Amino acid sequence: MSAVPPPEFVAPPAISAATRRRNRQLALAPWVFTLGFFLVWEAACRLLKVPSYFLPTPLVIADATVQYWWQLAFHSFHTLWMTLAGFALAVVFGIVLGLALGASRLVRAGSYPLLVGFNAIPKVAVVPILILWFGVGWVPPVLTAFLISFFPIVVNVATGLSTIEPEIEDVMRALGASKRDIMVKIGIPRSLPYLFGSLKVAITLAYVGSVIAESNASRNGIGNLISRASADFNVPLVFAALIALAVLGVVIYVLTEMLENRMTGWAQRSQMAAG
Amino acid sequence: MPAFVDIHAVTHVYGGIEGLPAVEDLTVRVQEGEFAAVVGPSGCGKSTLMKLATGLQFPKAGTVIVDGQQVSKPVRMAGMAFQNPTLLPWRTTLDNILLPLEIVEPHRSRLRRHKADYVEKAQNLLAQVGLRGMGDKFPWQLSGGMQQRASLCRALIHEPKLLMLDEPFGALDAFTREELWCVIRDLHAAQKVTVILVTHDLREAVFLADRIVCMSARPGRVIAERVVDLPRPRDLEITYSAAFVDIVHELRGHIAHARQAA
Repeated sequence: MSAVPPPEFVAPPAISAATRRRNRQLALAPWVFTLGFFLVWEAACRLLKVPSYFLPTPLVIADATVQYWWQLAFHSFHTLWMTLAGFALAVVFGIVLGLALGASRLVRAGSYPLLVGFNAIPKVAVVPILILWFGVGWVPPVLTAFLISFFPIVVNVATGLSTIEPEIEDVMRALGASKRDIMVKIGIPRSLPYLFGSLKVAITLAYVGSVIAESNASRNGIGNLISRASADFNVPLVFAALIALAVLGVVIYVLTEMLENRMTGWAQRSQMAAG
Repeated sequence: MPAFVDIHAVTHVYGGIEGLPAVEDLTVRVQEGEFAAVVGPSGCGKSTLMKLATGLQFPKAGTVIVDGQQVSKPVRMAGMAFQNPTLLPWRTTLDNILLPLEIVEPHRSRLRRHKADYVEKAQNLLAQVGLRGMGDKFPWQLSGGMQQRASLCRALIHEPKLLMLDEPFGALDAFTREELWCVIRDLHAAQKVTVILVTHDLREAVFLADRIVCMSARPGRVIAERVVDLPRPRDLEITYSAAFVDIVHELRGHIAHARQAA
């Protein structure tokens, strides 16, 4: 064997120009595609002469956003507030019920059919009852957001607890650990990634719940704004409100994800190491 | 001298009365400080034996006495290690090793005030198994063999009188396995702990144990006991000696017989 390596084994430049160009394209792609989507929309509406009470163009919607920005901001904030209140209730209730379900097989076996049955009811159908009980106001949106979003939290927390490896449980029990010790030292930290996974689902659902309830059981909120705007045939405002919903939804999702990365970084790192 | 672990005429059935017993009329005695190995075909109730000796299961018939006491609850002085290292991924290696001290008295109430002493003890243990300075790493940053070493440290940190090892090296490659045999050998020599090792590997059993118990296929019973009188300390070279190979061969015969009977 010769001491000098053949030329093709000489270390290549760290990142080639082509790779760098490709990375730059990937970073730009989301912006280009989003802009392209709105351009195509604008062009199609103008070419096909779609009337703005049917489908307004992005520029008309932008106009409406500027014109009604104070209303949009006020009602967005209201919707955000309803969503977060319902979500907070769901987190507290979901964690407590999830822990109970995960810790006791009896509770799990007994309450699972009830929970699944309850979850099967589309929550829109519950809104009339909520109006009947609490009247039109802030209570129905908060409760709808809560009802629609607690189930995934319960299921995930319970799953995290009930899938503890039997070996580590044996290790703990052979040391004389109580059920509570095992729960605090193993069960709860272990179920955190499951909990955060479910929070992303739950907050999205809570958002859906509050908007649904607002549209006919509240005098405030984006849901209500859309109901009123569509009754007035103010279609540009309806679309401006929809865009506001999308922006708000993305913001909420990103915030939850940031929180998740902070709290359960270990779970993602260990997955990366395994994969 | 009464045995440290005395399993007498024990029958154990999982789930109801009708099922085939996991072990039947099983009698095993292990002296204090002794290194015992249990070998047998798959499903012979070796793991059941471990659970009975640590009080994680109670026999349907017969008695289990550990350290002079009839076992009626988890024994609280056992360290355990399994084939799967089962380290907690959200804790550093050092914090994983300290876990038993958060459970077992008197360490539990002393841990907070004497943290530095305990950390030093854990560091020493890590050094003994060849993981010096690895305490700050997370389990997923360690190789399989290193995780298993850490798992052994966790089993030993609270100075248990009884160490139960359930195929601890089953998932490792042959070289790492032999390295860890020597780690266990030295830990046993240094700490005078009573060890019960459950294994499929006959060479492992002969290299490490003072006495080997051969079990039959389900329902598990003792079909042979063999005292290993090879001198200690044993070196890996001994595994190529004629005396060593003879014992392995003899055990192989017992196991083959047990598998045929099944």
